[in-house]
Amino acid sequence: MANMSLTKNPMPSQDPNVRNKNFEEVALGYTEEQALDEAQRCLNCKNKPCMTGCPVMVHIPEFIQEVAKGDFEAAYQIISNTSALPAVCGRVCPQESQCEKYCVRGKKGDPVGIGRLERFVADWHNAHCTTAPEKPASNGHRVAVVGSGPAGLTCAGDLARKGYEVTVFEALHLAGGVLVYGIPEFRLPKSIVQKEVDGLKALGVTIATNTVVGRTISIDELMEEQGFEAVFIGSGAGLPMFMDIPGVNYRGVYSANEFLTRINLMKAYREGSDTPIQHPKKVAVVGGGNVAMDAARCAKRLGAEVYIVYRRGMEELPARKEEVEHAEEEGIIFKTLCNPVEIFADGNDDVNRIRCIKMELGEPDASGRRRPIEVPNSEFDLDVDCVIMSLGTSPNPLIKSTTKGLEINRKGGIVVNEDGLTSREKVYAGGDAVTGAATVILAMGAGKTAANAIDEALSK
Amino acid sequence: MYRIVRKEALRPTVTLYEIEAPLVAKKAQPGQFIILRVDENGERIPITINSYDPEKGTVTIIVQTVGATTEKLSHLNEGDCLHDFVGPLGKATETEGKKKVCVVGGGVGCAIAYPVLKKFHDCGAEVHAIVGFRTEDLVILEEDFKKSSDKLIVCTDDGSYGRKGLVTDALKELIEAGNQYDEVFAIGPMVMMKFVSKTTEPYGIPTTVSMSPIMIDGTGMCGGCRLSVGGEMKFACVDGPDFDGHKVDWDLAVKRNQMYRDFEMHKHEETCNLFKKEAE
Repeated sequence: MANMSLTKNPMPSQDPNVRNKNFEEVALGYTEEQALDEAQRCLNCKNKPCMTGCPVMVHIPEFIQEVAKGDFEAAYQIISNTSALPAVCGRVCPQESQCEKYCVRGKKGDPVGIGRLERFVADWHNAHCTTAPEKPASNGHRVAVVGSGPAGLTCAGDLARKGYEVTVFEALHLAGGVLVYGIPEFRLPKSIVQKEVDGLKALGVTIATNTVVGRTISIDELMEEQGFEAVFIGSGAGLPMFMDIPGVNYRGVYSANEFLTRINLMKAYREGSDTPIQHPKKVAVVGGGNVAMDAARCAKRLGAEVYIVYRRGMEELPARKEEVEHAEEEGIIFKTLCNPVEIFADGNDDVNRIRCIKMELGEPDASGRRRPIEVPNSEFDLDVDCVIMSLGTSPNPLIKSTTKGLEINRKGGIVVNEDGLTSREKVYAGGDAVTGAATVILAMGAGKTAANAIDEALSK
Repeated sequence: MYRIVRKEALRPTVTLYEIEAPLVAKKAQPGQFIILRVDENGERIPITINSYDPEKGTVTIIVQTVGATTEKLSHLNEGDCLHDFVGPLGKATETEGKKKVCVVGGGVGCAIAYPVLKKFHDCGAEVHAIVGFRTEDLVILEEDFKKSSDKLIVCTDDGSYGRKGLVTDALKELIEAGNQYDEVFAIGPMVMMKFVSKTTEPYGIPTTVSMSPIMIDGTGMCGGCRLSVGGEMKFACVDGPDFDGHKVDWDLAVKRNQMYRDFEMHKHEETCNLFKKEAE
C-alpha cells in the first residue's frame, strides 16, 4: 500500500544558525527508515512521467521500487546504468524543474523526493560497497576528453565502460571542474567528487591534470601526434562577466568564479592555506542563480552580512528553490527588484559602498521572463566592503583560438549537431563550452550523448 | 612530477630553478608564463619563463624570495619536485619585424626580459638594454644581457653597481641622444613599467609592458587578473600578459596588485618562522 502522505519526508539538515558558520554539508541525508517511507510514496506510474524530465533518463520508478523493497544496491545499479555521478546529481540537480516537476504526486501535495532518494542510494552504495568497478577489456581505441567537469567525467566514464582508452586533460591541479572549484563543500563535499574520479580511474581512465588544452597541447596535436581518434571538448564556462558600471575594478569586487575558486579549490577559508581571501564585513552578491547563492552562502560562512542584489523578483530567481530557501534560512538578505549602478571606494580603492536602483517588472522579454525596468529616481546606497558579480560567463577562448575549423556561434559557444559533433571531424563538444553557463545535469547529458556518438563513429 | 634538475643561487635572495616539464618546454615562447604550486596547501603563483629547452624537456624560472610561496620554494633542492607546474600560459611576445628596440628590465623582471631581448636580437633587431636593480646584491644575468644586446646600461638605485639612478633616466637619455626605437619593451615592478610608459609617451614610442597581476587559474576563468586597458576590461592571462603601456590604467593595476599585501607579509613571516623552528 502506497504511502499517501501529501508531504515529502523532510531532509535532515544542520541548524541554519550553526551551519552558516561552518563549511560542513548542510543536508545530512535520509536515514534508511526515511528512505523506505519516502519510496513508498511513489505510485510506480506505468507511463513514468518523471523520466521525461531527466536529461540522462534515469529509470526512476524502477530504482524507487528497489528502495521500497530495501534492496539499495539494486537501486544503485539501476541509477548507475544511466547516470555516471549519482551522488553528485542527488545533491545538485534542480529536481523541481526536472523529474519532480512531472511527478503525479506533485499535483496534490509534494512530489516524491526523487533527488533525496537518489542521494540516499548513492551514499548507501559508497558507504557499503568498497569493491572498485572492474576495468573492461580494451577495444584499442583512444579518446581524449578536454576538461574534467560533469560533461567530461560523464563522457569519459561512458566510453571507458565500453572499453575505450580515455585520457582526460584538466587545466587545474585537481579533477572535477566546477564540482571542485565552483560548488562549495557544504553543498557537495569534495570527498564525493574524489570518489567519482577514483571510480573512473579504476575503469582505466587516465587523468592528466595541469594540462591546458589550447596552450600546453592543441586539439590537432592530440589527434595527429598523440594518436587520439576522437576528442570530446567539455572545457566548461570561461571568462566571467562583469557589469559595465563605474567602480567594477575596485579592490573587493570579485567575480563569483574567483571568490568561489579561492574558497573551494584553494581552501582559502582554512587556516594553513597559502591562498588569501578577503574576509568582508558586508557583501553584495549581484545575480540570482545557483552560483550567486553559493557565493552568498560562502561569504556568510566567512562571517559577513550578505545581500543578494537581483534585478527581478523572488519568483524569478533562477537558482534551485532549495538553494534559495537554504540561503534565506541562513540569514542572507534578498534585495530583489534592484540593480547596481555604481560601486564606490575609499582612497585605497577598497570598496565601501554600492549604489543600486529599484526595478519593476514590465512585459515578458524574449526569454519569457518579465523584463525589469528601472524606477526613475529610486537610487539607494548599501554600505558594503565587497561586491561579488555572479552574472554568468562567456565560453573560454583558448580552444577556439587554437583549433582551426572549429565553428563558433555568435555568443562564443562551440557549434554542435544533435550528436554533439562539432564542425571538425571526430571532434565533439558539450556542456557549458557549447551552451554557456547551465547546469551540471545538462552537461552530463551532453557528455553522454557525445559518448554514444563517439562509440558509433569509432566502432564502424 | 615536476622535478627540479638544477638549482642555482644567483644572488642571496634570487634563485634559478630548472624544472622538468617536457610539454611546457616544447611549447614555451618568450613572454609566456607558468603557474606553480609548491605543495598541497600551496598557492598558485604565476611566474614568467626565463628559458626553455625543448630537447631536454626543461623550463627555467628565476625567482626572488619575497613571500610565503617563494620562501617554501627556496627550501626545495635539486631532485625535489614541485606539486604543480602548468603552462605555457598567456600569449607570446611579438618580436618580429622590429629594426631597433630598447628592452627595460627591473629587478627579477630581468629574468623575463632576457628571453624577449634574445628573441628580438635573434630576429635581427638592434637591441639596447637597460636593466635596473635596487642594489648590487640583486644584479643578475649581466653576462647574458651583454651577449645579446648592442648596448647595455646597468643601473642601481643606490649606486652600488653600474650607474646610480633610475632606468627611466637612462631611457630618457638614450631617446634624447637620438636613438629611434620602433618599440620599448618593459618588464619589472608595476611602478617601473608605469614610469617607463610615462617616459616614452611624449615621444610617441610604442611601449609594450608585461603585466603580472594577481591571478588564480591563469586560463581565463577567475577574472582576478583583469585590467583596464584603453578603457576596456582585459584579462592578463588570456589577452596578455603584454599590453600597450600607454593604455594601461596604472593606478588601478598597482592598487589591485597590493590587495593582499598584509596577508602576504603575515604569511611570509609565519613561513619563515616555521622553517626556523624546523632548523632548531
